[in-house]
Amino acid sequence: MDVIFKSIFSTVFFYTILRVATPLIFVSMAALIVRKGGIMCIAFEGMMLFAALGGVIGSALTQNLFVGLLLGTIFGVTIAMIFAYFVLVLQSNNVLTGLALNILGSGGTVFLLFALTGEKGTSSSLRSLQVPHWNIPIIKDIPILGEIISGHNLFTYLAFLTVILVYILVYKTRLGLRIRSVGENPQAAESVGIKVIRTKVISLLIGGLIASFGGMYMSMGYLPFFTRDMMSGRGFIGIAAQNLGGGIPLNTMLSAMLFGSAEAVSNVFQSLRLPSEFVQMLPYIVTIVGLISIGGVKKESKSKIKRIKEIKESTHE
Amino acid sequence: MASVSHLFHLEIGVRIMSENIKVEEYILSMENITKIYSNGFIANKSVNFKVRKGEIHALIGENGAGKSTLMKVLFGQEQPDSGEIFYKGKKTNITNPLVALHMGIGMVHQHFMLVPSLTVAENMVLGVEPGKYGMFSYKEAVKLTNDISKKYNLPIDAEAKIMDLPVGFKQRVEILKILLRGVDVLILDEPTAVLTPQETDELFKQLKVLKEKGYTIIFISHKLHEIKKLCDNLTVLRNGRVTGTAKVSDLTEQEISKMMVGRDVFLTIKKDVAQPKETVLSVKNLSWVDKHGKRVVNNLSFSVRAGEILGIAGVEGNGQRELTNLIARLEENQIGEILLYGKSIAKQSIREIREQKISHISEDRMTFGTVYEATIEENIISDRFYKKEFNKNYLMDAKKIKNHVNELIKEYNVRTDSKDLPIRTLSGGNMQKVVVAREFSSDPKLVIANQPTRGIDVGASEFIRKKLVTLRDQGAAVLLVSADLNEVIEVSDSIVVMCDGSIVAYLKDAKRVTEEQLGEYMLGIKKQSDEELREVVHD
Repeated sequence: MDVIFKSIFSTVFFYTILRVATPLIFVSMAALIVRKGGIMCIAFEGMMLFAALGGVIGSALTQNLFVGLLLGTIFGVTIAMIFAYFVLVLQSNNVLTGLALNILGSGGTVFLLFALTGEKGTSSSLRSLQVPHWNIPIIKDIPILGEIISGHNLFTYLAFLTVILVYILVYKTRLGLRIRSVGENPQAAESVGIKVIRTKVISLLIGGLIASFGGMYMSMGYLPFFTRDMMSGRGFIGIAAQNLGGGIPLNTMLSAMLFGSAEAVSNVFQSLRLPSEFVQMLPYIVTIVGLISIGGVKKESKSKIKRIKEIKESTHE
Repeated sequence: MASVSHLFHLEIGVRIMSENIKVEEYILSMENITKIYSNGFIANKSVNFKVRKGEIHALIGENGAGKSTLMKVLFGQEQPDSGEIFYKGKKTNITNPLVALHMGIGMVHQHFMLVPSLTVAENMVLGVEPGKYGMFSYKEAVKLTNDISKKYNLPIDAEAKIMDLPVGFKQRVEILKILLRGVDVLILDEPTAVLTPQETDELFKQLKVLKEKGYTIIFISHKLHEIKKLCDNLTVLRNGRVTGTAKVSDLTEQEISKMMVGRDVFLTIKKDVAQPKETVLSVKNLSWVDKHGKRVVNNLSFSVRAGEILGIAGVEGNGQRELTNLIARLEENQIGEILLYGKSIAKQSIREIREQKISHISEDRMTFGTVYEATIEENIISDRFYKKEFNKNYLMDAKKIKNHVNELIKEYNVRTDSKDLPIRTLSGGNMQKVVVAREFSSDPKLVIANQPTRGIDVGASEFIRKKLVTLRDQGAAVLLVSADLNEVIEVSDSIVVMCDGSIVAYLKDAKRVTEEQLGEYMLGIKKQSDEELREVVHD
């Protein structure tokens, strides 16, 4: 027990939380925007995988970090746009389309990797670039705090910045209001002249962009190379975080960090002599427990509605 | 020479004058509007509809009379096959609702066009959001809302969420929303259908204020007392045609009712005098409140006896659907009692009720009557597949089912190539025959038929009506709900009229009922005394 507490209440542990929560924050923000637009999209896994590979290929071929980021973004957004075309224009089933794109992400990235390098596992033979780390001046010298929040990958800071930007987009801009209206009552939006499909496509475009950053972080920050299926369900955990956060940016970020800490804990436990399967299960169990508790809260609010109704009835007597 | 040119000028002057008069008199004029839907249904036939500036003009008619189609044409949701629309004296071509809105015509739909989780202010400005550089200024939106709400004396909490507002206030937001967009003409599509009486009074006050400010209002309704209270002029539609335009104060409610309700085709069904026996269904003080707190079914008491057909007449949406759904257990949380053979159904499941030989033809064929994608055979056996006679050693007896279904298809004259086709491939009439085949072949003791012949061809309608009479003769109790006066008068033995969720009349002998009489009760002009109404309970 002592070992556990020592390793959990250490600065390294909290540093790890921020490190592993980064991709989850990105993808949960992507899920949030898309959900606000009224689209149930599960294709984030595919978007992230393609973005991760795109970043590696772009930066390896040109030795230019910017080109790498650009190519990764293009890859990820392309998947989002394919989803938009099929689901919004051709009216195909969103779950099946999302599933297909995730499988495409899993197989397609390996195919591309093999075509370029002759390898099927990792891109370690490609000399791809990494996004640098940043030691924040002044803060890095503060004990404990500095050790936890300084020295992260730039992507990590970008993730937290994204939360603020998403908040502003959703609640403070015209576009955000329109996205929320088409997501909730498309007929109402249409009746006042808002182009419903176009607004939904834009929300997917932004979602695809944010998810791409999450994907590129994995291959250009978290690890220095691409490995097959390296998202291992993060796209889905992001969706869960969005649900747990009730579609509110701050709460969604906190949920993503909660799932991140579960992952960090499982990292700590792996160094102990616990069965590794059990430890790896932890983040997912936390996810399920989180979703169940959300269900409970919702039920309660329903009974509240019923109470209001009863009160109304008695006044109508 | 001079005199000729003088005359010429005079003529032009007269023409300009007459055009000016037209501009002033009618803000809106729809001329010779004809709309035929692709299935051949004539919704509007040479309709002339003219509205003066600053009046409240009622557009009335029964369900299916063509009111909605006419308003859809005006609001750009449908294009007319022929006819012209003049707005403020100019010929216009309204291709979609936004064009109408820009011209100055706004509509408050029956189903509100609001986003529930957004605030009042956000809903108000949606589509025309204030703010610079793509940002949305919520403060500005709240200010706009408060300004306009003050201007028209329609108080509203700009920062409340729509979902927390009662229906009356949601409607107020809708009205404010179109006022914000600068319209001159407001169309209100049955605005009082969802309101409580208090909310209706409030709405009327608001509308009168708007009229004083110079707005023109088109008020769609079929509640005559409301029209009497609120409107200046009215136009009546019946079967897609205008039956009259007049000043409201020139007509009595009876006269309006005659213009609205009438039989164009007479239909007769031969049947003997009913021999009512024991009570099968009895409803006692039944009420039901919808989720908005409106009492849709209000203290109903009646009974249906074996061997009689009790018709329920009324304009659609006066609680009939909720009543039959309550009896069939499709709706819950009733107040009061529904007794089947003297036993309450409150604790019984739908299957338990059906096991007591109750049949239900829902007015909603697509949702409750059939499984749309399933085959004809599957639809027919859906209420009996579990019974012993159709099963053999834990599996369904395919052969027996096949024979049974084929027999029914033949008996009920369902036109289809095979019992294995999905029911969606059938026409409305044949689909209804399948429903009827299932519901009538289980030897029912009580048949609840809600709009059994709506939207189906004449042949199938006649077939179903005759079947209802046959079942009655075999000793079944039949409760027939219909908005079709022909049907109610001819098929029923006695008639109950529903209006606003209550029973307003019990007419013991359907043979002696006239449509004028029914019309007056249906539209809420007349109401029988409690003593007369008590006779519908036979205990």
